[in-house]
Amino acid sequence: MSAPTTTTTSAPSAERATSGPGRRRYPLPRAMFVTIQSVFLAVIGLIVLVPLLVIFVGTFQDGGEIMRTGLRLGVDVSSLRLDNYVMLLTDSGLYFRWFANSVGLTVVQVAGTLLVSSFVAYGFAMYDFKGKTAAFIAVLLLMTVPFEIMMLPLYVMVNDLGLADSYGVIVIPFLAASVTIFFFRQYFTGIPRELLEAGRVDGVTEFGIFFKVVLPISRPALAAMGILNGMVTWNNFLWPLLVLRSAEKFTLPIGLNTLLTPYGNNYDLLIIGSFFSLLPVLVLFLCFQRFFVAGMTAGALKG
Amino acid sequence: MAQPPGRLASRAPAAGRWKNLLYSQRLAPYFFIAPFVITLLAFWAVPLVRTFVMSTQNVMFGEAAFVGTDNFERLWRDRIFWQAMYNSARYMVLTLVILIPVPLLLAVVINARLGSPRLKNLFKASMFVPALTSVVVAGIIFRLMFAETSTGLVNQVIAWFGADPVRWLRTDIGGLVALLALATWRYTGVNILYFLSGLQSIPDEYYEAASIDGAGKLRQFFSITLPNIKPTMVYVTTISIYGGLAMFLESFMLYSGNSSPNNQGLTVVGYLYRRGIEENDLGYASAVGVVLLVVIMAINLTYLTLTGTFKKEPR
Repeated sequence: MSAPTTTTTSAPSAERATSGPGRRRYPLPRAMFVTIQSVFLAVIGLIVLVPLLVIFVGTFQDGGEIMRTGLRLGVDVSSLRLDNYVMLLTDSGLYFRWFANSVGLTVVQVAGTLLVSSFVAYGFAMYDFKGKTAAFIAVLLLMTVPFEIMMLPLYVMVNDLGLADSYGVIVIPFLAASVTIFFFRQYFTGIPRELLEAGRVDGVTEFGIFFKVVLPISRPALAAMGILNGMVTWNNFLWPLLVLRSAEKFTLPIGLNTLLTPYGNNYDLLIIGSFFSLLPVLVLFLCFQRFFVAGMTAGALKG
Repeated sequence: MAQPPGRLASRAPAAGRWKNLLYSQRLAPYFFIAPFVITLLAFWAVPLVRTFVMSTQNVMFGEAAFVGTDNFERLWRDRIFWQAMYNSARYMVLTLVILIPVPLLLAVVINARLGSPRLKNLFKASMFVPALTSVVVAGIIFRLMFAETSTGLVNQVIAWFGADPVRWLRTDIGGLVALLALATWRYTGVNILYFLSGLQSIPDEYYEAASIDGAGKLRQFFSITLPNIKPTMVYVTTISIYGGLAMFLESFMLYSGNSSPNNQGLTVVGYLYRRGIEENDLGYASAVGVVLLVVIMAINLTYLTLTGTFKKEPR
């Protein structure tokens, strides 16, 4: 990169800059620039929310009619009704079962992935050992192999072993997740080695140091990765679709997908159920926005 | 950085070999990375090898017969496969064309020192919301917004400009527009975040220096901003390439299944899914998978080598 040369040339000019009058020149007068920028951002920001708005409005409409005429704005307000909410609470079939399955699966997957992936990352971050470079290149390579390529052989393997329709098959292959390992390794390399030495002097085992010294001070990384993995698991579709067979075991995305058939008779549930499946993630996002951003940009942190 | 191995192991209470294991700094890393190695072998290496083996076989009712390169020769002459390849490649190129410049522009606008920080934060939050939505729900919403009746949202909007209703998902271009709209909606916010983190890592002094030297805003963008966010560019482009080529679920949800009029929504992964999972022709489907893997790896390696990322990858 050209960074070093630029730094040397910029140092003296930066000093000059602070003493000069206008530090930055804008092509437009400030007030005009700010107005245009604000309007631009506000308009785009609102357009982006339209799909969520229309499905929210859709929860008050007749599902069958939506399937025929589409989701839209400008609905006749007098046609809106609360029937779907009553149906959701009283007669929604397996919906809450699917919801509970998704919650349970997400909790187990996130806890497991955080534990296993941070454990692995610690090995990469804190030790030098034979084969480390090769193993770490494998981590990086796995980050770029799309799951879609693995789905067929994994599916065949699961069928051969008679493991279909079990949650274990959904969870276990993704406990040591390459992106999460990569992120934790970055985080751990920033932890001072003196902390580990102190632990060793106190007679703590290598594993004890990880569990008792390092993990407790890694809360920000755990939060970011917990959020990222939680979001991915909650929305996970393809692999559970291939593995799960019985309707009582379905997760929310799989269950909702079964409602979207040409012969479906429960389009009311499809619309309101889709909307309610978004709420847990949205609520978490509003509470922990910072960690969402950290988690999502995790892969790009390193240039 | 590396402590001399075993130095502290001797400090451990001498309670037999087992106890020493827990204190050994020479062996500990292997225990730590063991879960990854097991995952790598069981869930990546074995299935990958299996894909390569099956791609040379004709697998029917559990009986596998070696057929050499037969599957690949059939694939070469398979018109539907090439159509799927074309669809995937077209989608990938178009998502690159949209999802790099647009988020970059928005990130630059947000990153400008002027303007209300509060509005900017609201904007970022709002742009991020689509990324929280599952493909399933996003697909359902977009399918219904792109309804072919004049009452569908998108047809309502184009009617404001005097256009007639379009039968979106029934036509090739209409379906493509819907797919791209879905992709743009879901990924713009995330890409903005990537570019913002890249932009914020550029020191202010670079711009100040350029400003003193008389460089205008546009010149600064091309001479300072672009070269300095190259790592972010490399990352976003790479994930967009393999995300685009491996696209499947967006189409699957938009067309409510793996079949679409004249296969206009069929992607390579969709074809793999059709042949392998729907029709249980594992050998042929594996050949599709091998071709996809080779294409993706070739593009990734070329791109990463061209941009010099590999030289500094391992620590």
